[in-house]
Amino acid sequence: MAKGMVVIDVDRCKGCGLCVQVCPVGILQLSPDAFNAKGYHPVMVTEMEKCTGCASCARICPDVVFTVYRKKRVRKSA
Amino acid sequence: MSVTVNIPADMEVVYEYPRSMNKVYTHYCPGCPHGILHRLIAEVIDELGIQDRCIGVAPVGCSVLIYKYFNVDFVEAAHGRAPAMATGIKRTNPDKIVFTYQGDGDMAAIGTAEAIHAANRGERLTTVFVNNAIYGMTGGQMAPTTLPGMVTTSTPMGRDVRLAGYPVPMSEILAQTKGAVYITRQMALDLPSIVKTKKAIKRAFMAQMADLGYSSVEVLSTCNTNWNMSPWDSMVWAKEHMVPTFPLGDFKMTDEVRALKVR
Repeated sequence: MAKGMVVIDVDRCKGCGLCVQVCPVGILQLSPDAFNAKGYHPVMVTEMEKCTGCASCARICPDVVFTVYRKKRVRKSA
Repeated sequence: MSVTVNIPADMEVVYEYPRSMNKVYTHYCPGCPHGILHRLIAEVIDELGIQDRCIGVAPVGCSVLIYKYFNVDFVEAAHGRAPAMATGIKRTNPDKIVFTYQGDGDMAAIGTAEAIHAANRGERLTTVFVNNAIYGMTGGQMAPTTLPGMVTTSTPMGRDVRLAGYPVPMSEILAQTKGAVYITRQMALDLPSIVKTKKAIKRAFMAQMADLGYSSVEVLSTCNTNWNMSPWDSMVWAKEHMVPTFPLGDFKMTDEVRALKVR
């Protein structure tokens, strides 16, 4: 089960590829053949199971494409 | 286009769209750090809870349409005159938080006088100064901040310092004024620097909220379109070539600003 999850607003993406460079687990890539409404190749996730929910992609994205979720931390009862 | 996605119940939101930004598309080129900086400012406004009393002053330059992207009040100033306009707004509405967003053509060329005098008077303003060493909107001409030897459309042989002078160190100049309380230079070129830039912007806003004086955050940025590079390559290039000319750091931070708790 993945620790994190990103939701991509495909039509906001301009395909600059900055997130592809900074993703620490390397699961982002620009779609090789798909286009979005603006005519760019939008970013896509290849293996969502590997996502850690670190939000690196969201922190560098100039177009606020990503919404990032992470598994709630369960505190062990003392 | 709205997409419904099922989020598992055990997931929590780590990052979502800032409330202070409108849900519109920006006109910036792909990979332009203006988008990153807009987002950082919107996050800071959200975190400080000042959305309803924040007024921005828009510059002339690539970011001329910034008022469309923020969900806060905005006015458009004449080229370079954002600090003058912001002064008027702040003096008549001292309870408002007023910030200007300026590029290097706006602040280091046509608006140098306004910026220096606003800092010297110690106006309670916050300036975010985006320095990308080129005139982006008009097609990549030489700016005052262009690096020596850098090729632009108006200096095809590279900037000749005998003819066109040296890059203007705006933060160093502003740090000499007595009215300024917080003058810093950061960069938005990789993840750690983006986090630091956000902290600096937050400190600058908090300095204004504490009524201390003028604060300015210069942010080194890129223009991948006019530098003819890919977005990531331009960021690497800027780190290698811009940082030696424009050293990072806090050029002025008074003890009161240092005492602010920025989380």
